[in-house]
Amino acid sequence: MLGELFVLFFKVGCMAFGGGYAAMSLIQREATSRGWIDSAQFREIGSLAGMAPGSIAANSATLIGYDRAGTAGALIATAGITLPSLILVAALAAFFVRVHDHPSVRALFYGLRPVVTALILYAAFHFGFGGSAGSGSLFAWQTLGMLLICGGCLLAIVRYKFHPFAVILLAAVAGIVIF
Amino acid sequence: MKSALRSGTNLDMLPRIFMAFLKIGPSTFGGGYAMLATIEREIVERRGWMDKEEMGDMVSIAGSAPGGVAVNSAAFVGYRLGGAIGALTAVVGIALPTAAIVLLLSLTYSAFRDNAKVEAALKGVHAAVVALILLAGWKMVRSSLFDTVTYALCAAALGLLLFTPLHSIWLIAGGPAVGMIVVAIRRMNKLDLRTEPVRRSDEPETMLPEYYI
Repeated sequence: MLGELFVLFFKVGCMAFGGGYAAMSLIQREATSRGWIDSAQFREIGSLAGMAPGSIAANSATLIGYDRAGTAGALIATAGITLPSLILVAALAAFFVRVHDHPSVRALFYGLRPVVTALILYAAFHFGFGGSAGSGSLFAWQTLGMLLICGGCLLAIVRYKFHPFAVILLAAVAGIVIF
Repeated sequence: MKSALRSGTNLDMLPRIFMAFLKIGPSTFGGGYAMLATIEREIVERRGWMDKEEMGDMVSIAGSAPGGVAVNSAAFVGYRLGGAIGALTAVVGIALPTAAIVLLLSLTYSAFRDNAKVEAALKGVHAAVVALILLAGWKMVRSSLFDTVTYALCAAALGLLLFTPLHSIWLIAGGPAVGMIVVAIRRMNKLDLRTEPVRRSDEPETMLPEYYI
């Protein structure tokens, strides 16, 4: 199990262009297709991972690793998702500091950034509502409550410049009131 | 001074690198930018380990490489100060507190998960996290979509993700391929070769990379 955890999260780490949010749907897909967790569990894990500091993807890896194989699993999964960044950034820092100024690299990122944007938008949809459509367990008012809180959070951050952590705490209170 | 710090495996530096990033770790809440500001304060201003120009290189590389901006920045600074071991030290330093915090959080939640109020609170948090992802997505829309090709690529990728079982590796490989082809065609036809949006000076927060943790 430890080897499997390491390999999966190492692969996710290699593909995690655009940071944690863009990698979320990949983690959800890989972990649920292996039968490790279901969509509802992933919702819990992602929510806890998003509450803590650090990358939501690395935090999710920590929690899935812990769920599968205890503390060792948590460490292995975290190491797996972090190592590709470590290796690549160290290599870039050593040899190619100005690589991003190269025209070919600019062309690569010209095509990659819109894809990352799509991955992040999809992650919001997939993590927010994925798995709930078919199950029938999510009542309409639950979805409505979620949209209300989600909209309130956006308003609080964009309009009133709340700190994200304050918004999460307020959302937790709102959750207790609504659900 | 700077060259002495850069000389590679300076073992005395390792505990200091570790402690510096241990301290930065918990501040990575709220996105890559919160953390970049902390790194600038701790590494550039307080400790003088890097200058502003290196900080700029760090931001570019940390945003372009896969993974979160926080871990990538730590790897960059650690490497600059203490070679490969320095990079490892910095990454462990920044990753340990967050892993510990998320585990504690999860164990606390597990202990109270049967409580209906705790479950309801987590549903609220879920909605808030979705809002944070949406916000990151919106910032990416504004900073990465600026011409027909980028809009079309984003729409096509979103459509493929929503309506087909295509694995995202194909998008991550395909996007850059399309980018290269489009730029090559434009170069042949001597067209405008803009690969990044024109930055509006009144919007400092829309700088690239718009990547999040």
